[in-house]
Amino acid sequence: METILTERSPLGMHESMLLTRAYEEKLAALFAAGNFPMTCSSQGQEASAVGVVRALGPDDQILTNHRSAGHLIARGADPGRMIAEVMGKATGYCGGKSGTLHISVKELGVMLTSTIVGGELSLATGVALSKKMLKQPGIVACFFGDGAACEGIFHESLNLASVWNLPILYVCENNQWQAFVHRRETMVADHLSPRAASYGIASTTVDGNDANAVLKSALAAVEQIRQTGQPYLLETYTYRQKGHISFDDQAHVDPSELAHWLTLDPITRMERHLREIAGFTTGELAALRTKAQERIDAALEFARQSPYPDPSALTTDVYA
Amino acid sequence: MPHITVEQAIGQALIEEMQHDPRVLIFGEGVATTQPHLVQQFGAERVRNTPLAEAIIAGTAVGAAATGLRPVIDMLFAPFLAYAMDAIVNSAGKLRYMSGGQFAFPLVVLAKTGAGWGVGAQHTHNLEAWFVHSPGLKVVMPSTAADFKGLLKSAIRDDNPVLFFNDMTLGHHAGEVEEGEAALVPLGKAVVARPGRDVTLVSYAKGMHACWQAAEMLAAQHIEAELIDLRTLKPLDEETVLASVRKTGRLVVVHEAGPLCGVGSEIAALVAEKAFSALKTPIRRVTSPDVPTPSSHALEQAFLPQAPTVVATVRSLLD
Repeated sequence: METILTERSPLGMHESMLLTRAYEEKLAALFAAGNFPMTCSSQGQEASAVGVVRALGPDDQILTNHRSAGHLIARGADPGRMIAEVMGKATGYCGGKSGTLHISVKELGVMLTSTIVGGELSLATGVALSKKMLKQPGIVACFFGDGAACEGIFHESLNLASVWNLPILYVCENNQWQAFVHRRETMVADHLSPRAASYGIASTTVDGNDANAVLKSALAAVEQIRQTGQPYLLETYTYRQKGHISFDDQAHVDPSELAHWLTLDPITRMERHLREIAGFTTGELAALRTKAQERIDAALEFARQSPYPDPSALTTDVYA
Repeated sequence: MPHITVEQAIGQALIEEMQHDPRVLIFGEGVATTQPHLVQQFGAERVRNTPLAEAIIAGTAVGAAATGLRPVIDMLFAPFLAYAMDAIVNSAGKLRYMSGGQFAFPLVVLAKTGAGWGVGAQHTHNLEAWFVHSPGLKVVMPSTAADFKGLLKSAIRDDNPVLFFNDMTLGHHAGEVEEGEAALVPLGKAVVARPGRDVTLVSYAKGMHACWQAAEMLAAQHIEAELIDLRTLKPLDEETVLASVRKTGRLVVVHEAGPLCGVGSEIAALVAEKAFSALKTPIRRVTSPDVPTPSSHALEQAFLPQAPTVVATVRSLLD
């Protein structure tokens, strides 16, 4: 039984970010040590994930992409079943048939994860159309990156959502990188949010490394969508701290750019907030980090102990 | 039983299934404009025009299908499906499997195909084999008015993504068609359209009409051809094909699509693998050549498999 998390306190969001960071660091270390699948790390984007996901309610649905660990964990996914899925184990959320890239958890409302860049944009309109026509409560949040915003489907999706009045929160996680290409090579502007105006869609850009700011902007956007039924584009301006995929050594990354963004790390910023505003001690903050790492250690142990799927699963789940 | 055209059969199937299930809706470029009676009967929510944007039409259908609706999308001409391949192949065909069975995609993709209208290769391309080759999809390509109606009704009721190819030259072809539940034709079942003892002709869609004509010409020469109409290309009804070839010992596959890696290749491989000992002669295929569909009427007719070619091919096996 899955439980959807809606805890919006700074501490609640911080714990989710720490768990995501511990998950990503653990998987990176396992890959570096050999004999572990490649993954697409969301490290550095934890605030964008938790700030938006925690602004949602239980009836809302999420479409995400290949850099999804932060979205899944913020929503309440079990890291043990996530790692099991990455390892191709039967206890993974998709029975080992997704692997790291396409984890969906229908019970948590994390639907139809597509890793064809822009795929989530093509599906979100239909999920929102069902909500509208079947008169189901809730909205649809669709996470994509600046890379997907350079696909034609970005235009088609926002245009149709606007024309059909579909309740979609488009979340562009502008993380500066499109696979192995920097955003400045593919776009003339720094920001995506101004594009929304040409579709008659409201938009804003928020500091994507400040979880409290992201939550505030996302709550406002979600409320506007619930009131108007109209789509909204939220750009979270953030940074992909790691390479495109595990083996990407970031040799092509400008060290000064990376260093700048590391000073804006979402977790150290939240720790500063908790220390200065909420009075947490350094020891308490360290204990929270340790707790997250222990949870990930336990999750890894669960995944390691889990069985692989029976070969008979090869031909199941093709047709309904 | 009413005598209606293929176009009317498609229209009846849509109306009956939209009446049968309120979750069924139809959208596509011009759907509401060209079928105002559907808008009038079912409302603008369930009958929608869309932008000229095949990728989002298909993607929207996939997302809607996974979350409780049962969309029918009209993609107009089959080559336009190239814009929609990601949603159909990568999402509708794969995401059930890749999610470990969490989602189902009850949707129907309508697309016009078939040479004969002189509209050229970007509006006419028999690309059904693309989808037969893609896991998780079903592919239907009928030849008669009754099958157009019965298979479309079944496709709309099926819980999987179904590509429904409509040979546009068959629109005015007419036949006896049932109404309501009696009209249903199951997916995945071929039919022996004409019994015969000397040779098996396997075809579908417009190819069937060339085969019927060929069968009559052959009968005048005392050669009895058995005609198998595949109707559904995926899942393929292997048993009906194999049973016929085991009886006749000869196989000619006829289709309008090109020869390379096509449905005919698959039927030939099936028979070679599972009924080789029954064969008295080599398997033959009659298809269009591996060229884009021409627009000139003269070239189009040369492109299409014609009854005299089918007859000559059969004769070459028997003489």
